[in-house]
Amino acid sequence: MSRYTSATPDDRAEMLAVIGVSSVDELFEQIPGPLRLGRPLELPAGMSEAEVYERLAGLAARNADAEAEVTFLGAGMYDHYVPAIVDAITSRSEFLTPYTPYQPEISQGGLQVMFEFQTAMSELTGLPVSNAGLYEGPSSVASAGYLAMGATKRRKFVVSRGVHPHSRETLATYSVGYGAEVVEVGLAGGVTDAAALAAAVDGETAAVILQSPNFLGAVEDVEALGAAAKEHGALLVVACDPMTLGILKPPGECGADIALGEGQPLGNRLDFGGPSFGFFCSTEAQIRRMPGRIAGETEDVDGRRGFVLALQTREQHIRREKATNNICTAQALNALGAMVHLAWLGREGFRDLGELLVRRTAYARERLAAVDGVELLHDAPVVREFAVRLDAPVDRVLDRVAEHGIAAGYALGREYSEYDDALLVAITERRTREQIDALAEALGAAVAEGRGEKLPDSGSKSPQGATERVVA
Amino acid sequence: MTPLAEAPMQRERATTIYEKSKAGRRAAVLPDAGVPETPIEDLIPANLLRAEPPNLPEVAEPEIVRHYNRLSRRNFDLDSGFYPLGSCTMKHNPRLNERVAALPGHARLHPAQDPRRAQGALELMYLLQASLAEICGLPSVSLQPSAGSHGELAGLLLTRAYHADRGEVRTKVLAPDTSHGTNPASVTMAGYEVVKVATNQRGGVDMDDLRAKIEEDPSQIACLMLTNPNTLGLFDENIEEIAGLIHSAGGTLYYDGANLNAIMGRTRPGDMGFDIVHLNLHKSFSQPHGGGGPGAGPIAVSERIEPFLPRPQVVRREGAGGHGPRFDLDFDRPKSIGRLRGFQGNFGVFVRSYAYILSLGADGLTEASETAVLNANYLKARLAAGRAGERLPIAFDRHCMHEFVLSGRPMKKELGLATLDLAKRLLDFGFHPPTVYFPLLVDEALMVEPTETETKESLDAFADAVEEILAEAETDPEVAKNAPYSTPVRRLDEVRATRKPVVRQPLG
Repeated sequence: MSRYTSATPDDRAEMLAVIGVSSVDELFEQIPGPLRLGRPLELPAGMSEAEVYERLAGLAARNADAEAEVTFLGAGMYDHYVPAIVDAITSRSEFLTPYTPYQPEISQGGLQVMFEFQTAMSELTGLPVSNAGLYEGPSSVASAGYLAMGATKRRKFVVSRGVHPHSRETLATYSVGYGAEVVEVGLAGGVTDAAALAAAVDGETAAVILQSPNFLGAVEDVEALGAAAKEHGALLVVACDPMTLGILKPPGECGADIALGEGQPLGNRLDFGGPSFGFFCSTEAQIRRMPGRIAGETEDVDGRRGFVLALQTREQHIRREKATNNICTAQALNALGAMVHLAWLGREGFRDLGELLVRRTAYARERLAAVDGVELLHDAPVVREFAVRLDAPVDRVLDRVAEHGIAAGYALGREYSEYDDALLVAITERRTREQIDALAEALGAAVAEGRGEKLPDSGSKSPQGATERVVA
Repeated sequence: MTPLAEAPMQRERATTIYEKSKAGRRAAVLPDAGVPETPIEDLIPANLLRAEPPNLPEVAEPEIVRHYNRLSRRNFDLDSGFYPLGSCTMKHNPRLNERVAALPGHARLHPAQDPRRAQGALELMYLLQASLAEICGLPSVSLQPSAGSHGELAGLLLTRAYHADRGEVRTKVLAPDTSHGTNPASVTMAGYEVVKVATNQRGGVDMDDLRAKIEEDPSQIACLMLTNPNTLGLFDENIEEIAGLIHSAGGTLYYDGANLNAIMGRTRPGDMGFDIVHLNLHKSFSQPHGGGGPGAGPIAVSERIEPFLPRPQVVRREGAGGHGPRFDLDFDRPKSIGRLRGFQGNFGVFVRSYAYILSLGADGLTEASETAVLNANYLKARLAAGRAGERLPIAFDRHCMHEFVLSGRPMKKELGLATLDLAKRLLDFGFHPPTVYFPLLVDEALMVEPTETETKESLDAFADAVEEILAEAETDPEVAKNAPYSTPVRRLDEVRATRKPVVRQPLG
């Protein structure tokens, strides 16, 4: 018996007798001899629960998490406070351990959560239809591209360079498969270059893909930019940060056909990048092309209100090669976390949190811009994240500030060679005025120290002569 | 359990959180901004601002907790009872894994943290990669795909990149008629055409059909996607010959790892000749299913596929000049297919799965598969000895691996009971039904996967319930045809939900 099995030797003997074989080995005889492993797996022996805990706690201790340092990292995932009721509710067995609700009569809890979640996301984005969730943000952008190809029978995407670099790269990866072309439009003054965008969109364009706030934190004028899409019959796809939608005009009111994004800021942990969820909303016109699960309201045979998975005829288990997408996962538990967080914030609290972010971010932006050797990368309006240029090598500054227990932000040069002197700084309700002041001071000192120093020759962090072995 | 009584669960009608909302109520108390209360319009131009906040519910904390607790009781879950859903591997979810995943060093680690300050996380990922590589018998692993279907898409994009690198363009992907629906759906998304391969009398790939489909034009065969054991729960004994045929045509062999729980420590996809394998960490490696996610679908690949793996890859850089090894994210992979998602993958799932592998170890994983196979064969034998032997015969009568498929065809013909009716009646007996109407090849199919974490007593109770339902149907089939009776709602109108979908609540 291993940790989680319960067949005693007596059970085994009885079960083998009922089956009519003399050993478990006999059941494995259908595997041809040469393919049998014939040796134990080369893995350590099993460990006690206490030992496993210690081993993993030891690994966790070697990470500088947001409890161990003050983090101004954002770039798509944010250190928000997740209320205690989110953990309490998402850790209930009844939500944690079921499968996808294929048997609606015994899955009403999960299905109703999906319905409530869809309603909330529809409210946030201002679009009438929401699915129950996708894997995460960037792959949702790729799924929007696939939908747009199906809807328009065209194969070109015009994408702003302000869209998250991971989203753009994921879209490019998928596009190689489904056979689409990705055209990128640059930024001017921190926002999408409207003239360049208008010039890039044509009758072959399936979708115009924007993000607001964009990767540099700047709020885009989606409505104005989207006119080019409307003119040529392309779909307007807007990636957005759900936490800003208590403040910003919803994409649905700006002409978006699809609004989507990374859901992590709502009720989900950082978790070093996942699991979280992607949300995906659309107009009524696209409902039958939507990817993923969608819950719908209906009635049972006695007229009681109930919920089921709706529009399953879009999905892989029914339509196979003709499905609108191959996805089966709704990240249901993560979406539940988001729903509980949104209910906890409520209508007023959600707006108040948005206003708090705007004001603290404005303070932080002003405070940092006042530091000698620091200037704004752009002065476009922002909600919760902004970019500054440093008059010193960014990596070196980050290291110096880290010595004060502060992760100063995201080095934009990682993804944008044109901004290799810039830092992206994110604010949440957890970042206090005192912490912002401490950042400004530490940053000022580090920039002063690093001023005039040359940038390193390359981005490689490999020590000289280090050998590299990939995986095992 | 008379058909007319309203069960206790049914007296409570569904009420949404929005219907409990009243203006002015709220749960959240936010910190003071502590900075000047500048009007928002002075910071963001009015034309970019929202006029009214979104209509989120206005409810205080006690009612939020009650609401979701009540909803939770309207779910059946793995911790409540037997859940033999075929192809889904509903094994116990150890709570230790939840505890370690929630450690702040994991849960509050920012994904863009400098790799030098995330060494524990990267080492964990590296160790998980190495463990999965050993279990699969393949040299390299990418943890990036978010689920099995995402792994499939990755595998097909890898196949495309591999062929493109050799200057080849291939258009067709073979998949058996028993394959999971995600296989053909992924094939289409990856820009290929699906070619169906027939199943032989023993439930394996029909070799003549396979040869014929290849011989039509071997240069067009990009890949064969296979599940082994397949969705009938049967190991394909011809796998070596199949691998030989695909490889000589120049294609790749893809392993859908949904059924890996049958073979851990007994045989390995890499040794069978597979080039690309996806693993469902939420199946074999105990990540809770969460009511439909999250999961993770890492892929293991052979040497020839490795250069094309998604970016970034977790690597171990050996120490130089007396320093120890260092773990890093490698972006410098010129032949990579690129990213499939943001950041590094579903790390929280990796923590749980690695905890599971450490807990069980080499012997425990092997024993898990052995017990899964023992449990499935025992339940199959128990059912065959009763009424199910006649009414619900096994589709392919041989020893199964971790799951088996029954056909409800005689039951439907003789008793007028469809597989769906049996499934719904099982709900009244406190069981989650098996997977129904899949694989498509089997008429009125029921696919049963008990997993290793069930006791003999649970298996016996399930077999007894099926027996009782069949006996009941012999005298009164109407009972099952109108089931269930005891669930929060009874049979729901699914057609209406598709014809006239109501997918959100209208709010004032």
